[in-house]
Amino acid sequence: MNFDFSEDQRTIKATARELLASRSPFERVREAAEAGRYDGALWRELCELGWPGIAIAEEHGGQALGAVELAVLLEELGYAVAATPLLGSALAALAIQHAGSDAQRARWLPGLASGELTGGFGRGELVADAQEAAVIVVVDDAAARVVTGDEARVEPIDAIDPTRRYARVQGDGEPLGGAGSALASVVPDRATCAVAAELVGVCQRALDMTVAYLKERKQFGVPVGTFQAVQHRCAQMLLHTEGARSAAYFAAWAADAAPERLPEAAGLARAAAGDAGRRGTPSAIQAHGGIGFTWEADVHWLYKRAQLDAALLGSAASARSALARLVAAR
Amino acid sequence: MDLTFSERESAFRDELRAWFAANDPGPQPGGSSDSDAHYAWRRDFQRRLYAAGWAAPHWPVEYGGRGATLTESAIFFEELGRARAPLPANVLGILLGGPTLMAWGTDEQKDRFLGPILSADEIWCQGFSEPDAGSDLAALKTRAVRDGDGWLVTGQKVWTSGAQHAKWCMLVARTDAEAARHKGLTYFLMDMEQDAVQVRPLRQITGESEFNELFIEGARIPDDNVVGGVGNGWKVALTTLMNERAGLAFFLQVRMRRLLDDLIGEAAARGLLGDDLVADRLGALHVKAEILRLTAYRGLTAIEKYGQPGPEGSLTKWMWSEANQELTELAADLLGPEVLVAGSRWGYELLRARGNSLEGGTTEILKNIVAERVLGLPRVRG
Repeated sequence: MNFDFSEDQRTIKATARELLASRSPFERVREAAEAGRYDGALWRELCELGWPGIAIAEEHGGQALGAVELAVLLEELGYAVAATPLLGSALAALAIQHAGSDAQRARWLPGLASGELTGGFGRGELVADAQEAAVIVVVDDAAARVVTGDEARVEPIDAIDPTRRYARVQGDGEPLGGAGSALASVVPDRATCAVAAELVGVCQRALDMTVAYLKERKQFGVPVGTFQAVQHRCAQMLLHTEGARSAAYFAAWAADAAPERLPEAAGLARAAAGDAGRRGTPSAIQAHGGIGFTWEADVHWLYKRAQLDAALLGSAASARSALARLVAAR
Repeated sequence: MDLTFSERESAFRDELRAWFAANDPGPQPGGSSDSDAHYAWRRDFQRRLYAAGWAAPHWPVEYGGRGATLTESAIFFEELGRARAPLPANVLGILLGGPTLMAWGTDEQKDRFLGPILSADEIWCQGFSEPDAGSDLAALKTRAVRDGDGWLVTGQKVWTSGAQHAKWCMLVARTDAEAARHKGLTYFLMDMEQDAVQVRPLRQITGESEFNELFIEGARIPDDNVVGGVGNGWKVALTTLMNERAGLAFFLQVRMRRLLDDLIGEAAARGLLGDDLVADRLGALHVKAEILRLTAYRGLTAIEKYGQPGPEGSLTKWMWSEANQELTELAADLLGPEVLVAGSRWGYELLRARGNSLEGGTTEILKNIVAERVLGLPRVRG
């Protein structure tokens, strides 16, 4: 039993944290969000580093790493709330990689791996990164389909999270994996691992920012962080964050190493990360006091991203109900 | 990252499972958990474990253990729970006393005390808390004064589980009234078999008496029974407290898992799982139970690889107590008045669970510790 990252994975994590801290500070996130676009310079740099192709097979131009490495990157992108189309691209690629036909892989993966093309991914009513996407993977409960950017009817959603572009997508496209493919059932679960990891990063940043603020901000002549009620709120944030982290890492590991455990692990990650995002990030706003409610304080980006990520994961309640029935059946 | 057991860990677990299969602890004796029959069941089962070399797998081989790793020790407690076996009668000696002596004791003390802990020949109890020193342990008032080549102890201790069966008490007392709070404390091993020590059972809300009060009026302790040196009691006590949660967490986690599986089974049998609201609430507990298990294993990895627990290490006791309490509340809500009969299983669990967020550190104090030591928020208390 070893819950630790490998040396390489730790290096990826540290490098990503450092790079995003310097290239995507909140000023840059704010600039992109207020302009309603992505941070183009950042995206180009990430493409040069090969991030979009991290989990794509080598034969298609990717780095052939696994769900754990992708989770590591997304956790850091979540931590930075970086304004890039990486999530939609990575999830579209992931779906095509694991459930697509040979023809679909050959057609889309090289472009997605290099970042020359971007992808979108989601349920029809909420798709991440669909605008300008060359290819969109649309999933529903029964199946997944591949819709080209040209044939898709993309209706932008002006979502409360302006750090990412969301849309409603319609269009028949073609079944992922070709007609009658059974592989598509793994797609939502693999996507869950990735989105859950991003949420862990969002929650961690919310906690770090809050703790830093509470050490500085003084009222009644003492740091606000000395008040027990405030301390306990932070402890609760840590509990949510670490719980979500345990579930998200377990799910990513299962996706790579124990696919038979993936459905349950993904259910856990969906419930734990969705809840952590929805309950942890509001605490960051509250603990910042009045300033936390202003546009100027950056905590709201985290709160907003968490809401949309939780929506991308789908209902935590339905994940929980399904898990209870799974346990009863075994 | 590899969330499967290694070959060595699997072999360890298989050997244990085979042993438990051949050594069924039998049903828990009827009556309350403070009955003599219940104690005898736990002591006898510990002796069977001891005879097979399983009493304390995490102890080093030289002291009668198996030199098990933290993960193997966790497996031991999981399997103990799975086999519906009781915690060993001398759980405090095995988990707290032994490791404290290994860290601080003299060679003579190790020779004298460790063997009888494992064999259950001498049961240990813990005399830390006092009526006015609970969460604030350093406020303790029990005094030990010099008397020839030993000490005379006077004071009162509380929440002493197993005191009525104990031969030795891990006692922290004040030996220097002038020194600052945390200084001036000394850690003793006090012989419980003397008239100066009176044990009075403390009746808890379940009606049973797992805990006791100790009234100490001039009890004698020889110098040889000072652990870690005079005036060093706070540090020695911290060693004991840090050992408190490691293995036990896995036993409790498995016990909760079993309760949850039974509740889900009961709900399914009554046709309640078709109700999304019921399924959601049961599923939420499943999520908590799984996260607890995963987080506990993450904590072990951190200790094994980096020598110290990560942030997750401080959370598992809190996670467990919260989930176990919610579980019993949900059982009462779903299964209705019939489970609220005094002495019934769920009725008992509902009452006993209230202690979970108190014993071994209140949730409020755990949150303070998390905020200050893990998150680094400024400290307020003295």
